[in-house]
Amino acid sequence: MALREKNNKPNSLKTNNLELGTQNMKPETINSNFKSEEYQINMGPQHPATHGVLNLLLTIDGETIKKVEPDLGYIHRSIEKMCERDSYQQIVHLTDRMDYLSSNINNEAVCLAVENALELEIPERVKVIRTIIGELTRISSHCLWWGVMGMDVGALSTFFYGFRDREMLNDIFEETCGARLTMNYNVPGGLMLDIHPNFVKRVKKFVTHFKTKIPEYDRLLTENVIFQKRTKGVGVLSKEDAISFGVSGPVARASGYSCDVRKYHPYSALDKVTFNESLKTEGDTFARYQVRIQELWESLSIVEQLIDNIPEGEYRVKTNAVIKLPKGEFFQKVETARGEFCVYIISTGTKSPYRLKFRSPGFSNLSVLNHIAVGGKIGDLVAILATLDLVIPDIDR
Amino acid sequence: MSYFSDIYKGIKTLLTGMSVTGKYFLTSRKGAITQQYPDNRATLKMFDRFRGEVIMPHNENNEHRCTGCQKCEIICPNGTIEIIWDRGIDEETGKKKKKIDQFVYHLSMCTMCALCIDVCPTDAIIWGQNFENSVYDRTKLTRVLNEPESKLMPGVED
Ligand code: SF4
Ligand code: SF4
Repeated sequence: MALREKNNKPNSLKTNNLELGTQNMKPETINSNFKSEEYQINMGPQHPATHGVLNLLLTIDGETIKKVEPDLGYIHRSIEKMCERDSYQQIVHLTDRMDYLSSNINNEAVCLAVENALELEIPERVKVIRTIIGELTRISSHCLWWGVMGMDVGALSTFFYGFRDREMLNDIFEETCGARLTMNYNVPGGLMLDIHPNFVKRVKKFVTHFKTKIPEYDRLLTENVIFQKRTKGVGVLSKEDAISFGVSGPVARASGYSCDVRKYHPYSALDKVTFNESLKTEGDTFARYQVRIQELWESLSIVEQLIDNIPEGEYRVKTNAVIKLPKGEFFQKVETARGEFCVYIISTGTKSPYRLKFRSPGFSNLSVLNHIAVGGKIGDLVAILATLDLVIPDIDR
Repeated sequence: MSYFSDIYKGIKTLLTGMSVTGKYFLTSRKGAITQQYPDNRATLKMFDRFRGEVIMPHNENNEHRCTGCQKCEIICPNGTIEIIWDRGIDEETGKKKKKIDQFVYHLSMCTMCALCIDVCPTDAIIWGQNFENSVYDRTKLTRVLNEPESKLMPGVED
């Protein structure tokens, strides 16, 4: 009996409360912060269209997107903190693991920052090879992007063609530096190994091969009316917004914002080559697509200009086994396949940096997503995500 | 009207695209993009710089080139290499000299960054070409690279 009384008391209280609650609550207060026709769904973290572990919290009304909230941090590895512990040689290999599709360009950024701080004279050969490999990395990244872009909007075959051409590049990288993705080929002072004897031959073969393939890309996807209907006028980003959101790379250039680091702050051998910055003004998904296709041609032309006259000489200058940067702040920016990548080192004169900051292009490019996706449909969001070309480890670091 | 012309254009450009896929469907039966991986094991050759795993070559007298200088252990970013060393007696001079007891390599932690191989002054460790590293028990990925009873190759100094 006693037990039952004890149990009964809170129960009766509860029911009283509930009754009170329902009596007092008006329908407006129930729905005040959540309109009845809107609901929230999770896209990701394992959704194939987000290309990595990115969770998008979508507020949708039927099929129309009202709000997109990216939820980051699933693969945060605190790379910046790890850099404070590591020596400068070791930092280079961590940058492979941020934007893994532009790993060589990321490596180059850290190496250039360290070399500038040490005031090392880098041989011409190293500069040219770095630029060639950097542009090949960009082509390889754009090939993968083109493949998955097609797949995201429903054309599966593009995936195979994109990966076929990327495979040739992966072979070139593998032969010269041993790895296909996380290459760690640049070291402060030059390159880890000299280029493989087959390198020039293979690159030339790739250039002639790829020149016949980009027109095929166009016939297969660019000219397709169904594809154009899905991408034209979708996710329009104006030039002003591109600037204020800090967007960089092909996404910004598609909105007419000329921001190519290779043009404005040329590094390595980029001051010796001529190329056009690919610019579009529409700012929609199709413009972003066209900018990247145009960049494939430009990168090919840069490679072509350099591959025939790689200067002879050293591939590496000796540095101390323990690299100590002088006291001060050092900054370097490069253009990866996704945009502007910056390294900012504060050194107190010891063997590891006091603080190291990476500015990764993916993070700022993602910030624009809510702005351009609102009002569109879920299918448009997938197309927008594809042309923002996000690499999630680059965002999470 | 534009409804029908859109359909017409859609079909036309689809056919243009399909001319590309059709070309490959008909022509690239041989020399296809994919490899028949487990079946081509006998002929599959990796590139000579391929980073599979770190190995320590020994000569026919069971001698390696590692002096135990620990440079690779220091440069390794993630503690993959552990060198357990000892002091042995140099046979020629009779002086005490550092030698390795065990060169422990945790393959499960290695990021294949090649810094250790780059830094080794005596080229004692090189890249192995084996990439089929899957095992049922991860303790099998911890290896001792120097053979039991192995010695330092005479004449190797750091
Ligand atoms: S492997 Fe090379 S770097 Fe490592 S301890 Fe032996 S000699 Fe030194
Ligand atoms: S390759 Fe890199 S991670 Fe692996 S053992 Fe050598 S230094 Fe360590």
